[in-house]
Amino acid sequence: MYKYIAKRLLLMIPTLIGAAILVFFLLRLIPGDVCELRLAGTGLYADPEQIKLCRENLGLNDHILVQFATFVIGFVTFDLGDSMWTGNPITHEIGLRFQLSLQIAFMATFVAVIISIPLGVISAVKQDTWIDYVVRSFSIFGIAIPSFWLGIMIILGLLIVTQAWTGVPWMPPIEYVSPFEDLGANMSQLIWPAVATGYRYSAVATRMTRSALLEVLREDYIRTARAKGLLEKIIINRHALKNSLLPVVTIIGIEFAFLMGGLVVTEQVFNLNGLGKLFVESVLQNDYNLTQALVMIVVAIFVFTNFIVDLFYAWLDPRIRYS
Amino acid sequence: MATLLEIENLKTQFFTSAGTVKAVDGISYTVDEGETVALVGESGCGKSVSALSILRLIPWPPGKIVGGHIKFNGVDLATLSEEEIRKIRGKDIGMVFQEPMTSLNPVLSINEQLSETLITHFGISKEAARVKSLALLEMVGISDPNRRLDQYPHHLSGGMRQRVMIAMALSCEPKLIIADEPTTALDVTIQAQILELMKNLTKSLGVSMIIITHNLGVVARYADRVNVMYAGKIIESGTAHDIYHNPQHPYTLALLNSIPRMDQPRRDKLDPVEGQPPDLTKLDDGCSFRFRCRYAVDRCANAFPDLEKVGDTHFTACFEKGRLKESVKVVS
Ligand SMILES: Nc1ncnc2c1ncn2[C@@H]1O[C@H](COP(=O)(O)OP(=O)(O)O)[C@@H](O)[C@H]1O
Ligand SMILES: [Mg+2]
Repeated sequence: MYKYIAKRLLLMIPTLIGAAILVFFLLRLIPGDVCELRLAGTGLYADPEQIKLCRENLGLNDHILVQFATFVIGFVTFDLGDSMWTGNPITHEIGLRFQLSLQIAFMATFVAVIISIPLGVISAVKQDTWIDYVVRSFSIFGIAIPSFWLGIMIILGLLIVTQAWTGVPWMPPIEYVSPFEDLGANMSQLIWPAVATGYRYSAVATRMTRSALLEVLREDYIRTARAKGLLEKIIINRHALKNSLLPVVTIIGIEFAFLMGGLVVTEQVFNLNGLGKLFVESVLQNDYNLTQALVMIVVAIFVFTNFIVDLFYAWLDPRIRYS
Repeated sequence: MATLLEIENLKTQFFTSAGTVKAVDGISYTVDEGETVALVGESGCGKSVSALSILRLIPWPPGKIVGGHIKFNGVDLATLSEEEIRKIRGKDIGMVFQEPMTSLNPVLSINEQLSETLITHFGISKEAARVKSLALLEMVGISDPNRRLDQYPHHLSGGMRQRVMIAMALSCEPKLIIADEPTTALDVTIQAQILELMKNLTKSLGVSMIIITHNLGVVARYADRVNVMYAGKIIESGTAHDIYHNPQHPYTLALLNSIPRMDQPRRDKLDPVEGQPPDLTKLDDGCSFRFRCRYAVDRCANAFPDLEKVGDTHFTACFEKGRLKESVKVVS
């Protein structure tokens, strides 16, 4: 078990190094640089001397390996540097947005789990009945509709419903409030994007739960459990579900990590300043420092989530636990 | 002895896209209290389906019991509600399956898997169930049972898992256990140990047993009575002695010739039963064995012969049983 954990932890290192190399060199393949964009991006004339000075200041004229070393050393010492576009420290640029994205990712994951596992189980147990068809339609719908559209519908729905009930249309607040300051206000803002993305993401997990459970229900040990006269409830919850959760946990882990950087459109719809929006801006501005920091944060979250998933595996499956 | 189980004209079919599989096609037999009855036949002849039918464990869709009665202690199991039959499973009738490697749940400890049956049927506490489980492991000859209880199936060898399965089947003091090829998946040396264990336990506890096997050799030592199955039907029935020393059906004879026998001089080669078992979706009115039978005559194609009495306890379903007798002498 300890060996298993140690191995998983050690595996994180090469993943992070690989990601660092990739992001660093790929970014530099994009034509143009931040100084050109900053000084001449609007189409006005820019003094070549000024551009040169800007590059000098940002260290862009250093040898590429020197730049790489600076980046790696910065990353391992948790010094992410300054944004090349605004000049502000990156921790400052990211701070609140990170908190917001993390919160939405957690909430959406929570929504997805409480929707997908019960629905997936019901749909498998009632395979090929109308209940199964309803659940499957519900989840296909979730995969088919874009979550930004669902987001718009939610906002419109809120406006219409509150208008009809109270006479005053209400919309989720736009200003981000930390949950530690005012949990109510925070929730009334973030619950909607969490539901919109959580629903979409539950769709995949529901289908995964259903198919994994159906597969497990055909196993010999389920027949044994039936032959023992156990209650159907126990057969499903104790014997089948635990065995079918492995692929579901994997999917949930991947989606969680994805939500941390991939919610660009949903953030737009709900007017949230999350990491997704910052990501797009930083790439468009050729802000190497910021993009690198964001990519590495998302990669670190991916790697860490994977580690948590591996721990779940060990918890679910004694064959891993005792290896 | 009183009759414990009486199966009457049981029919179980699978409705598949390839047609209706008549897996069990009207079998009847009885099991007395304390008796061990064997069900023998080639793979695919409906042994497992007939066993699962008793506990109503045939998965629907595609399978279903379409006719017959399964009288257990006077109650027809075929007519019980789902909840009523559940209370009999594991309690009055225990089951041991063929594959010890896959029949135990890999993510639950031995204790959890043994205890849950006791808790379900007796409503006892977890602690009491553990004490009982410990005694059960001892009973089936597992050493260091306390440690084993907290282990998982992957820690145990095939033979040990099968012992756990037997402990589980016997845990609620059932009147009957059904063992579906309990040793087929095990090493030869372990097979004998497991069979011996089952024989001793069923005898000492007075439990009846239905033992399913495709190996007639197993039967001679462990069964009181033998039913030979072919293509969903019982084609010969008698005491182990009847079947082994005086087979009255060409199929039984062919099966006997396909196994090594200790009680007869060694032959140069064993004869596997020639040909293939029939497709159970395409059975006609005639005897289903006639295509592989050396004794087949024209009338075999017209009707399926009834089981007819050929001795006190001995029945066979063959029109040509008279001719068989002579050649048995020749063979043996
Ligand atoms: N779930 C199922 N669906 C369709 N056919 C089945 C199913 N289970 C068993 N059968 C068919 O029933 C017949 C008898 O099978 P079985 O009782 O398992 O044979 P065996 O004598 O080897 O135990 C076989 O022809 C098999 O194909
Ligand atoms: Mg079988």
